[in-house]
Amino acid sequence: MSNNIETAKFRPEICTDENLVYRKPSTLLPEPFHYCPGCGHSTVHKIFMEVIEEMGIENETIGVAPVGCSVFAYHYMGVDMQQAAHGRACAVATGIKRVQPDKYVFSYQGDGDLAAIGTGETIHAANRGENILVIFINNGIYGMTSGQMAPTTLEGMVSTTSPHGRDVKTQGYPLKISELLAPLPGVAYITRQSVHKPANVRKAKKALRQALEYQKKGLGFCLVEIVSNCPSNWRMTPAQANQYIEEKMLAFYKLGDIKVPEVK
Amino acid sequence: MAKALGEIIIDIEKCKGCSLCIDACPEEVLSLANKINKKGYQYIVTVNSNCTGCASCAIICPDAVITVYRKIEKSA
Repeated sequence: MSNNIETAKFRPEICTDENLVYRKPSTLLPEPFHYCPGCGHSTVHKIFMEVIEEMGIENETIGVAPVGCSVFAYHYMGVDMQQAAHGRACAVATGIKRVQPDKYVFSYQGDGDLAAIGTGETIHAANRGENILVIFINNGIYGMTSGQMAPTTLEGMVSTTSPHGRDVKTQGYPLKISELLAPLPGVAYITRQSVHKPANVRKAKKALRQALEYQKKGLGFCLVEIVSNCPSNWRMTPAQANQYIEEKMLAFYKLGDIKVPEVK
Repeated sequence: MAKALGEIIIDIEKCKGCSLCIDACPEEVLSLANKINKKGYQYIVTVNSNCTGCASCAIICPDAVITVYRKIEKSA
């Protein structure tokens, strides 16, 4: 970069408390995220903590962190957290919710955790109708272990264990967890959102809040799937990764509510 | 017509230069700086005063480094 960029003149008179539009939520701890630049995990941490702050429930919320990139979620979320064995976050959340039924309990899991090793725990927690919120981050790849194929990897998508693209004849079809769980009677609310554009981030935040309100009413199992990116392991820039979500991921993983409770 | 004046404060030491805010900004206010922060990332800076305080940059920012202010100026 050779050109010198001139920065705009700062106008401190605008920066007063009554003009404040957006600031980092106080429930998000000051530690900088360890996630790669542009990672959707950080965006979801941020919006979920905004929801917690807006509802004023930081002292009544217990979270369960998974194994995966988001294993250190407890370093960033200013609520009580517990870390579960790989894939077992729904089982741990079940235990916490049964002991402390008046608390808001959520698990935060990626696709390798929830859709691969933890499929059994997830399906049975949903089938039992456990009154918990599961935040499911779907980026179609194992991020932490450097980009192996996950159950949610799209057909033809390149990963380190599918270097010529996923071949459905030998490696199976991508798993749609949300559609799989929706018919179960214990499931109250299932929605799929994304965080690749500001408008989608707003919608995802609304869905997370809605799920916590359903939990307050005791309606049953809620799952918010968030289609996210993995710029490092998709071998893309963050902007290209978000473009890939728009063009490829959302063509297969359609956004919107998949199941909503009848009583509102 | 009322005019919205916006201003943002960027926590440059936490910025990772992912540039998502640059694409999200409808007024093309943001750009990557020529300098790097302590972690070695190029951080974002404002290059003009067209900001309307829409907060799109702050909402898309994964690392929550942007604080947004907006003042509505009523013209006579």
